Amino acid sequence: MELFLQLTLAGLAIGSIYSCVALSVVMVYQASDHFNFAQGEMAMFSTYIAWTFLGMGAPIWLSFVLAVALSFLAGVVIERLLVKPVEDAPILNQIMVFIGLLVIFNNMAGWIWEFTIKPFPSLFPADFGFKSSLIGPHHMGVIGLTLLVLLLVFCFFRFTRVGLAMRAAAANPDSARLVGVSVGWMLALGWGLAAAIGAVGGILVAPIVYLEPNMMAGVLLYGFAGALLGGITSPGGAVLGGLIIGVLENWVGGYVPGGSELKLTFALILIIAVLLFKPAGLFGRVVVKRV
Amino acid sequence: MPFLEVKGLNAYYRNTQALFGLDFELEEGSITTILGANGAGKTTTLRSICRMVRTEGEIRFDGDDLTSFSTEKVARRGIAHVPEGRGTFVRQTVEDNLQLGAYTRKNKAEIAEDIERVYSYFPPLRERFKQQAGTLSGGEQQMLAIGRALMLRPRLMLLDEPSFGLGPLIVQEIYSIMRQIREQEGTSMLLVEQNANIALNLADHAYLLETGTVVMSGESHIIRDDENVRRSYLGY
Ligand SMILES: Nc1ncnc2c1ncn2[C@@H]1O[C@H](COP(=O)(O)OP(=O)(O)OP(=O)(O)O)[C@@H](O)[C@H]1O
Ligand SMILES: [Mg+2]
Repeated sequence: MELFLQLTLAGLAIGSIYSCVALSVVMVYQASDHFNFAQGEMAMFSTYIAWTFLGMGAPIWLSFVLAVALSFLAGVVIERLLVKPVEDAPILNQIMVFIGLLVIFNNMAGWIWEFTIKPFPSLFPADFGFKSSLIGPHHMGVIGLTLLVLLLVFCFFRFTRVGLAMRAAAANPDSARLVGVSVGWMLALGWGLAAAIGAVGGILVAPIVYLEPNMMAGVLLYGFAGALLGGITSPGGAVLGGLIIGVLENWVGGYVPGGSELKLTFALILIIAVLLFKPAGLFGRVVVKRV
Repeated sequence: MPFLEVKGLNAYYRNTQALFGLDFELEEGSITTILGANGAGKTTTLRSICRMVRTEGEIRFDGDDLTSFSTEKVARRGIAHVPEGRGTFVRQTVEDNLQLGAYTRKNKAEIAEDIERVYSYFPPLRERFKQQAGTLSGGEQQMLAIGRALMLRPRLMLLDEPSFGLGPLIVQEIYSIMRQIREQEGTSMLLVEQNANIALNLADHAYLLETGTVVMSGESHIIRDDENVRRSYLGY
């Protein structure tokens, strides 16, 4: 029983990081109708930015906030400069932009900070004032912080004027323009938010997987799996999808002999199964495209 | 100078031309209707004003040259478009649709007041304010589309076939509410219709459109009462 709880709680912690990545992927998908394959590399780069601030002597929380804010700006700029110009281009050109971004961020990080693995400190104290044999302090903090971030994002979309306009712009761009919404800027804002949420995920996962240019490869895959499982059209579904993947992954690793080697394979099998049997995901809408 | 003035308007969808040197104008406070059969270019005319198609020629609104504007800027100048097919945000609630209609405005108290006013024009919307717009009936959706346009506090409303796909009773109801809106708010309207009879009853001026050009224009009651025009252009 104790092992089960340990595995589940750790799964929820890592799953909430997948949720951040899944949510980023879904937000970009809503804005641009594409998977951003570079979402993970962008988050990795954000983590290096935080690491750089740390190296300059900034406290960890300040580094975190600065890196997330800069990531937001970078997301907006990337959309304006690189994604918008190809919005009417053939689909392969668009995919090339995303793959190009992935490679560029990966290489740039390696070039600036080298490919050596670096330890990254946790945002949270080693001791919250109480101890649990079931969950460590970093995992506890991860769950708390991601819940807070996701709640903020939810409130932003649910209760603010700009949040409502962003949803309208994604759902029906023509009508949104007719009521005066600058659809282009809403899409850019979506990219900014996605980059910021991704940065949170990167900075939270870095103490677990260590900081290196390829640190997000696995996380992005699980994030994609979460987004697909929950439904690429459903932000809430993506968050749940990420959590489910995290828990399942940990159970496989803990209970299946040799499971820790199989975890990534498991994620891939899940992605393929969802695409085959429930393309809209658990909570997604079946979108019928008019031609 | 007319409130809205369109001169020599050509409009294009990729390579196909849909409007050919269209001229018309609209006085402030008036209702002008553009009538024409399927494919005459009525929707394209409204989309040209809102900068949703490529055009050549002049479109002047209250001193502004609209041809250099973006669609959202046209909205911010006070032109509210009730588009063909109604264009409601189907996944959003009725209330959120109305809030979105007021996107260009800041004053929360005034917005709340206007939502109340839309509900008093269209009582069925009040009962359904938490319902997803996509679940409304066709008539209710049309009401919502007009209500959303009112939320802009428009100086000019563009209405694209508000009678489309609705039964005669609900069409009567919607037109009588449009008449009330005109009386109480003094909003100018450019109304596009296939249903000539009902549009001519509401409008002050009318233009008849055929394959992208104006073939006749005049005061509504004169066109309505001219049997030759009715037979040859309106087909009733
Ligand atoms: N998206 C489009 N692409 C290409 N041609 C178009 C497009 N939309 C309209 N057209 C063409 O432009 C012309 C005018 O169309 P428009 O929609 O303005 O007509 P309408 O008067 O609104 O007709 P209806 O009463 O059927 O709504 C038609 O010949 C139509 O085929
Ligand atoms: Mg039309």
